Amino acid sequence: MQPAGDRALLIDTSDLNAVLALTDHLSAALSAGELAGVEDLVPAARTVLVRLAADADLDATADALRDLVGVVGAGTARGDGAPSDALVIPVRYDGPDLDDVAELTGLGRDGVIRAHTGTPWRAAFVGFAPGFAYLAGGDPALAVPRRAEPRTSLPAGSVALAGEFSAVYPRESPGGWQLIGTTDLGMWDVTVEPPATIQPGRWVRFVDVADGGSR
Amino acid sequence: MTGRLTVLRTGPLALLQDTGRTGHAADGVGRSGAADRASAARANALLGNDSGAAVLECTLGGLQVRAETDLVVAVAGAPAPVEVDKEPVPHATRFDLRAGQTLRMRAPRTGLRTYLAVAGGFAVPAVLGSRSTDTLSGIGPPPVAAGDVLPVGASDEPPPSTVPDAEIPADGPVTLRVRFGPRDDWFTDPSALTTGEWTVSPRSNRVGLRLQRTDPDAPGLIRAVEGELPSEGMALGSVQIPPGGEPVLFLADHPLTGGYPVVAVVLDADVDRAAQLRPGQRLAFRAS
Repeated sequence: MQPAGDRALLIDTSDLNAVLALTDHLSAALSAGELAGVEDLVPAARTVLVRLAADADLDATADALRDLVGVVGAGTARGDGAPSDALVIPVRYDGPDLDDVAELTGLGRDGVIRAHTGTPWRAAFVGFAPGFAYLAGGDPALAVPRRAEPRTSLPAGSVALAGEFSAVYPRESPGGWQLIGTTDLGMWDVTVEPPATIQPGRWVRFVDVADGGSR
Repeated sequence: MTGRLTVLRTGPLALLQDTGRTGHAADGVGRSGAADRASAARANALLGNDSGAAVLECTLGGLQVRAETDLVVAVAGAPAPVEVDKEPVPHATRFDLRAGQTLRMRAPRTGLRTYLAVAGGFAVPAVLGSRSTDTLSGIGPPPVAAGDVLPVGASDEPPPSTVPDAEIPADGPVTLRVRFGPRDDWFTDPSALTTGEWTVSPRSNRVGLRLQRTDPDAPGLIRAVEGELPSEGMALGSVQIPPGGEPVLFLADHPLTGGYPVVAVVLDADVDRAAQLRPGQRLAFRAS
């Protein structure tokens, strides 16, 4: 853990699973009022940034965090293997990059759809845009590079792959991920609380609309 | 009693801002809020407003507004000359703007952002708990434009609270204090940041100040580590070094996460002054 200026602390972890475990743990501590002075948490791929309120004591907060981080250790994320409350996202697998992904992975179109719907995903962190959740823990066979040329505009609800992640674009935006499908499920609504449908830690399961959503 | 104010014209950019959104990092939403928090707080304090009341953040002045009801207003931040019906009013004071009167704000001689507060605060609808316009995500009220009629909240005209003068940097070089890290070890010589001067690029905005070397022969920030940094959370005031080597100092609308290493972070108390630096102005960083 190291300071990022005088109002934030950056905690390095070993991998995405450790980020999930740490975020779970710190969120629970925050909800229980155990981390006075902490304003919010920004989990990412390998790190958690802890942002402090203006009147917080950096050193005291760092000490409190060190104790909590020590407890987490190499533990696994809470809820692992039991995504009973997974968010179901119905997908039309009609994305313009589906054929490219089928070829890149060697899985074929049906194989890509089977792999994408076959295992649950978990939201590791949000970034890039409001409500854009990086979903991890899916079938490793789906790992593909980003497109060489990002699109300047793609529609809201685009279901995409890049690296070890899958995501749903919450709003129309530019983007460089491989588009494999589309969902009508809203990912972002500022009039509801919370506005992002997928929050860090949330389990997600994709289902194929063409399959009657029976998976 | 509530009021109304009609916008007749704006300068380059006029935005509603308050103290920003907190607690929405899990939604991918940053804090936003007034870029110079101290000046916005001072404008509110002059009116006895709650510190979270929405104010108008005017970049390089240029604002003209007409009161539709009797209002009490205050201006703080970059010292832009202000007139009410062509009568000058002193900076950082509270004054009446009666129904039908027009306030004209010229461009400030120093500093960049001037804050117009109104007793009761601007009462546009809040989005996710804030009336701030986040220029990066597009969340919050749209930029203020000529023809807009802004609602003003109720006020019982409480006495002003005392707030110290916000410090507006004069022309010429300005020093900002930094703390090195968290990724200073990604550079062969991180102290290049605190050596010599930098110049604020015209491509700067509320997301960040883009900085160029004032003297092109001064040392640059050279990567010691090849490869990509996995995206990580960014703190306000972070000095991020993209591949081109020209630093970006993150301001109010900075992205929540970023993929380039942060060599140092400006101390929180100096971020407000950073937000008042004008394109072309020089600055130096000092390790703290």
